[in-house]
Amino acid sequence: MAGAIWAVTQTEKGEAKGGSYETIAAGQKLAAALGRPLEAVVVGSGVRGAAEKVAVRKVDRVRLIDDAKLDPYTPDPYTAALRLAVEAEKPDYVLFPHTYQVRDWVPRLAAALDAGFISDVIDLRVDGADPVFVRQPHQGKLNADCAFAGTGHRLVSFQAGAFLADDAVKGDSPAEIAVQAVDLSAVEVRTQVLETFQEVENKVDLSRADVIVAVGRGIGKQENLGLVEELAAALGGQLAASRPVCDNEWLPMDRQIGSSGQTVAPRLYLAVGISGAIQHLVGMKNSGTIVAINKDANAPIFSVADYGIVGDLFEVVPALTAKVKETRGA
Amino acid sequence: MKIVVCVKQVPERDARLRIASDGRSVDTAGVATEINESDQYALEAGLRLAEGAGGEVVALLLGPDQAEEAIRRALAMGAARAIHLNDAAFQDGDASATAKALAAAARQESPDLILTGLQSDDAGWSQTGVILAELLGWPSATLIMQIEPPADGRVKVKRELESGWFQWITLPLPAVLTIQSGIYPVRYATLKGIMGAKKKEMKKLGPGDLGLDPRETGAAGRRVDVRRLYVPEKTAEAEILQGDAATAAAALVDRLQKEAKVL
Repeated sequence: MAGAIWAVTQTEKGEAKGGSYETIAAGQKLAAALGRPLEAVVVGSGVRGAAEKVAVRKVDRVRLIDDAKLDPYTPDPYTAALRLAVEAEKPDYVLFPHTYQVRDWVPRLAAALDAGFISDVIDLRVDGADPVFVRQPHQGKLNADCAFAGTGHRLVSFQAGAFLADDAVKGDSPAEIAVQAVDLSAVEVRTQVLETFQEVENKVDLSRADVIVAVGRGIGKQENLGLVEELAAALGGQLAASRPVCDNEWLPMDRQIGSSGQTVAPRLYLAVGISGAIQHLVGMKNSGTIVAINKDANAPIFSVADYGIVGDLFEVVPALTAKVKETRGA
Repeated sequence: MKIVVCVKQVPERDARLRIASDGRSVDTAGVATEINESDQYALEAGLRLAEGAGGEVVALLLGPDQAEEAIRRALAMGAARAIHLNDAAFQDGDASATAKALAAAARQESPDLILTGLQSDDAGWSQTGVILAELLGWPSATLIMQIEPPADGRVKVKRELESGWFQWITLPLPAVLTIQSGIYPVRYATLKGIMGAKKKEMKKLGPGDLGLDPRETGAAGRRVDVRRLYVPEKTAEAEILQGDAATAAAALVDRLQKEAKVL
């Protein structure tokens, strides 16, 4: 008999978060294509409420793994809980959102189960009985169609935004919630959580900016930033950066746009010398008008941009600043 | 304290990539390479710990002959010695197959700490370091932004969570940490370092040296296959403004004013 597809949710403060519903949407697509049952798996401590909300979506069953050892999150009990559940129920596919938390423990689960794990998937396709999962290696420059080898357990994680939470359709009636008993009493929790905190409040709230000029690795060195600052000033906009610029301490962290920084959607976003790794794109792709200036015509940033200039930013930016000043002064 | 740092050689960030004739891999012939970015940060973090607490950093790399260049660089930066897992049986593995070989090599070293980058810039699985920990039976923590000097058999580290949140955690040694880019500024290899690297030990090992079944490593040990590698179709096409810098800039300002109406 064909095994089930599991969509594992990530709970935070008793709520299913972190792309959980996107994972259910991916699961619905895979389950329909393969003709298998879809089960949502809600994991955490005190998460029955989350399970009840998840049960509204069109799934054949919700499995609830609720144990005090699962709060706060640490890798050992999560790995043990899912390993025990997977070994007991033998689902064919186990799906996750590709969050930082999933990256922290699901590779352990894959090793513990000797499973295949296709991570950071952006799409899936089913040709016959054999699903193909699409990833973007080489910083998004290439696509790879991946498939599982062998007959072991199969784990997949989906990139944020690859599927839409709203596409996780609701069922006619709430699904049954089944308690999945796993005995974690013998599991040693080796990681100790001391403190969870937010770094000093962002001094610069870029989410309110109307115009943002963001600079990336292409700027080369800190001394060159003046060039981009002048453009930002001419446009009356805020200066921002992609992660490598902040990693190099050329600009403070509170100017960083992307998955580890701020998410923005200004009216006008100029990306200067930014190639457009997915971690950056998730922070700005909803901006009104996007302009990319980059020397590499194949840079992924051009795929989200409305206008592009392929060229040397050290020539293009001063020319653009001069033109903006001329236009605005006129 | 003994620290093993796993490093990977990857194509340089701006390298033009060609698909190999098998349609499933990148043709690496003639492609400029570097040490994977977050592995450089892992190396820096390892060197700082060893310098502070006393001890040595051992660079561990799996790759073909060409990867010696990356090993030389790791040694020039300050690693005391290196282990090169270099055998046809190791090639073309997925994260699982690669981690099995790294784990076997790490077992022989029995370090206090293993550091890796959080993910590779080429395959980008973000799995290998964490799988390595599970295979060794050690605890692990990922996306590390700060490491305190270990004390009383535990290490205290700062983990990056999402949306600007962080966490201080401790875990017992030995442990595996995957390092986030930006943890500390990465040092340059000095001329003295580069000269000194030539005299450092570089041990080349194959599956037999590690007691590994070649069917478990490299392509034979894969749990995941790449069926096809290709250049993605562009979903939306940006209008590329042509001409020299001044012409393109003028055209852009014109579009922003009249078409997008954002100026």
